[in-house]
Amino acid sequence: MDSTGSKKKPNREAEDGSVATMEQPTANPAGPLTYEQEAKNNSRRKFLKTTGYTLGTLALGGALSSLIGCTNNSEEPTPTGEPGKGEEEKAQPRNYNRALMFLTQEQFRIVESATERIFPEDENGPGAKTLGVAYFIDHQLAGEWGFNGRDYMQAPFYVGEKEQGYQGRLKRREIIEIGIKELNNYSLTQYQKSFPELVAEDQDEVLKAFESDAVQLTTISASSFFKMLRTNTLEGAYSDPLYGGNLDMNGWRMRGYPGNQMSYTAAIDKDYTKMDPISLQDHMAH
Amino acid sequence: MAKTLPKTDVVIIGVGWSGGIIAAELTKAGLNVVGLERGKDRKTEDYFMVHDELRYALRYEMMQDLSKETITFRSNEGIRALPMRSYGSFLLGDGLGGSGVHWNGQTYRFLPYDFQIRSKTIEKYGKNKIPAEMTIQDWGITYDELEPYYDKFEQMAGISGEPNPLGGARSNPYPTPPMKKSPALQLFEDAAKRMKLNPYMMPAANLSEGYTNPDGISRAACQYCGYCERFGCEYGAKADPVVTVIPVANKTGKFQIRTHSNVRRILHKGGKATGVMYTDVTTGEDIVQPADIVVVTSYVFNNVRLLLLSELGERYNPETGKGVVGKNYAYQVIKGSAAGFFEKQQFNTYAGAGSLGVTLDDYNGDNFDHSDLKFIHGGAIALSQTGSRPIQNNPVPSGTATWGKEFKAKSLHYAYRTLGVGGQGASMSFKHHFLDLDPTYKDAFGDPLMRVTFDFEEQDRELGVYLAARSAEIMKEMGADHVDYLKEIGPYEIVNYQSTHNTGGVIMGAEPSTSAVNTYCQMWDADNVFVVGASSFPQNAGYNPTATVGALAYRTAEGILKYREKGGLLV
Ligand SMILES: Cc1cc2nc3c(=O)[nH]c(=O)nc-3n(C[C@H](O)[C@H](O)[C@H](O)COP(=O)(O)OP(=O)(O)OC[C@H]3O[C@@H](n4cnc5c(N)ncnc54)[C@H](O)[C@@H]3O)c2cc1C
Ligand code: SF4
Repeated sequence: MDSTGSKKKPNREAEDGSVATMEQPTANPAGPLTYEQEAKNNSRRKFLKTTGYTLGTLALGGALSSLIGCTNNSEEPTPTGEPGKGEEEKAQPRNYNRALMFLTQEQFRIVESATERIFPEDENGPGAKTLGVAYFIDHQLAGEWGFNGRDYMQAPFYVGEKEQGYQGRLKRREIIEIGIKELNNYSLTQYQKSFPELVAEDQDEVLKAFESDAVQLTTISASSFFKMLRTNTLEGAYSDPLYGGNLDMNGWRMRGYPGNQMSYTAAIDKDYTKMDPISLQDHMAH
Repeated sequence: MAKTLPKTDVVIIGVGWSGGIIAAELTKAGLNVVGLERGKDRKTEDYFMVHDELRYALRYEMMQDLSKETITFRSNEGIRALPMRSYGSFLLGDGLGGSGVHWNGQTYRFLPYDFQIRSKTIEKYGKNKIPAEMTIQDWGITYDELEPYYDKFEQMAGISGEPNPLGGARSNPYPTPPMKKSPALQLFEDAAKRMKLNPYMMPAANLSEGYTNPDGISRAACQYCGYCERFGCEYGAKADPVVTVIPVANKTGKFQIRTHSNVRRILHKGGKATGVMYTDVTTGEDIVQPADIVVVTSYVFNNVRLLLLSELGERYNPETGKGVVGKNYAYQVIKGSAAGFFEKQQFNTYAGAGSLGVTLDDYNGDNFDHSDLKFIHGGAIALSQTGSRPIQNNPVPSGTATWGKEFKAKSLHYAYRTLGVGGQGASMSFKHHFLDLDPTYKDAFGDPLMRVTFDFEEQDRELGVYLAARSAEIMKEMGADHVDYLKEIGPYEIVNYQSTHNTGGVIMGAEPSTSAVNTYCQMWDADNVFVVGASSFPQNAGYNPTATVGALAYRTAEGILKYREKGGLLV
């Protein structure tokens, strides 16, 4: 993050960083400090309030992570499956997948709010945020795909024709980092608020400006960044839950997709039939 | 220096469909064959975790690693070719079985017209129908001559199907009956019949029932699992080299497969190959494998590249039109299609198989009059149901937002209310569409990459628009409430997947001045080198290529056995 942008940007970044930190637990109850679905968040939210995590201007980084560590060890009922009393009894096992491998928490929140606009929660069901799309993207960027491990990345790099495809030297993880930062900078310039703080309509305006290249960036193409984010959002909503998105197969459930069944021989000549989805984990027994 | 191994009868470069077929046929006849495959070994048990759209369809688990080797592309000679840095237009196979493992299995015979396209076009429409720059030519072999080899391929693979009402004559029916018809297929068939067209079930390499082939190989029936193309089949129901021909070759005890062996040069002296040089990519060691006969089956691009790197055969010169290696690269016009949105009906399109479909040839070849059209040929139009996996299939009617609340609602609404009908447009060859070595970009060994110079011509644009309009008519007759189709085919671009139906570069023909190989895929310039694959096609047809590739491989195997006895050029 720090290696890009003009002189001004790092300042904004810092400003924005602390603001977002203060705001995060209240504005973003299902943000990176929580692990599980909405329903399970109540006690966690209460816990965070009572222990004062939502207050003040906590220093970031080490401090925050040690506090997270502290919550995990606490006696307080967590939403994540310590066998407890009352409402916690039905709690699911902890989802240890829900932590970050690459993005910072600030970057994560921007990705989370942007992808939620691309694929919002509605009457049909969960949106990107609930499905864990931002975790999916984080995990993808941490691995081979983020490093363009299987792409041809040899020099020389020339500007090519549109028909020749991507010819940049930046890796996907770099493009996303720059894109996120620019998304936030643009929000601050236009609305004096960080991207996650904006109301949904303004977030949409910012995304549209990127989609249409109304925002001119020097290092990356705004529209390509947006396209990548959109593709990643669908990937995170609909890939096997093994990758961190499509939480509990709820993306599949929402669209009536049966996941990866072994056979449709009985269904193929019939009309559309709904089935409860199964995931790759169900194949581990084989 | 490179280590030299004991000589073998035959060395095969690349063990996909072509390499696998030839290995089986030659080892059955008693020859000792070494198969050099640059990728890894593969088996059915690898696929328990295969129903993973992200890993296989979008991260290209089974394809060639582009960080090590890719191609470069330019639309014309006036611009600088640049590398295909990530996958797009086509996907390159890698590992045992090659692309034959992750293909769809749509197994079409070409039309009799395809093999004699130049003479038939002139005969019917006159010389002027073929633009000066269009370099199409007859194959030097007719459909009837190739028919027995098509039959061999179909019997080996167990192709499920019914005869094409507009196709060439057949010596045998398909070995297994057509696949099951889904409601979507039925809708297409009914509409096409009402329009007096000639629909039939797409010939499929996904077995409709259990089958034992003439080599004694038994395979199970397809489960319509919907994870077929770009994936391996965990049932062995999809005909692929690993479950059909390779085990037959292995059983003879005469086939030695060496995986992780990347062939970099064909060695030759005085107009004959002496063997190959390859690098064992696990150790980095360069190894020479001497052989009496060299069979090049490394797919279109590497077939051409190996010849050029080895300076075997005469390089094609696009200025003069002389030379043959790299000539007549062609592809496919895939954008002539229509999407239909149905309000009242939901289809079970989550299920499917790579080659489950209904197809028709009324707009293919010269089955319709071209007198008033600005193009020749056409393409098979089909509705196929390969499994609408959720990441890649989110069609919404034109005019719908592509993200946000509206997109989400509509993409969910139409998830099972959308069908596609599309044409596989034939691609003609042109003087300025060719393959040569890139002057700048190199592979992981430092060898030049293959450079592709290609664009769509007026022929392609006219043909594409025509097929799109025909597809849309059928879609409307099927009762779609909204139909979208392209009214204009833009320039060729390498970014979006179209098809892995690249052809040409080592084309076959009746004489050495206009072709690199004869109809046994034998090189005119080196009679113990056989170059097999769609690289032999002088231009592409309106179908998928592999049945024809398979037929040529069977014919080549026969030719090699003859050559082994008599030597010399076979034609
Ligand atoms: C997603 C997809 C779907 C397809 N669907 C269909 C379909 O439905 N119908 C159809 O007819 N066709 C289809 N095709 C095309 C079909 O897969 C090919 O036509 C067919 O596999 C070609 O066979 P081949 O033996 O010529 O090449 P391949 O199968 O590609 O095999 C070539 C082999 O050579 C190896 N190799 C390459 N270079 C070297 C080297 N230097 N040294 C050693 N080894 C090397 C490769 O690793 C590979 O294993 C599809 C292709 C793809 C990618
Ligand atoms: S659709 Fe059929 S042939 Fe294809 S992978 Fe699934 S079971 Fe195998």
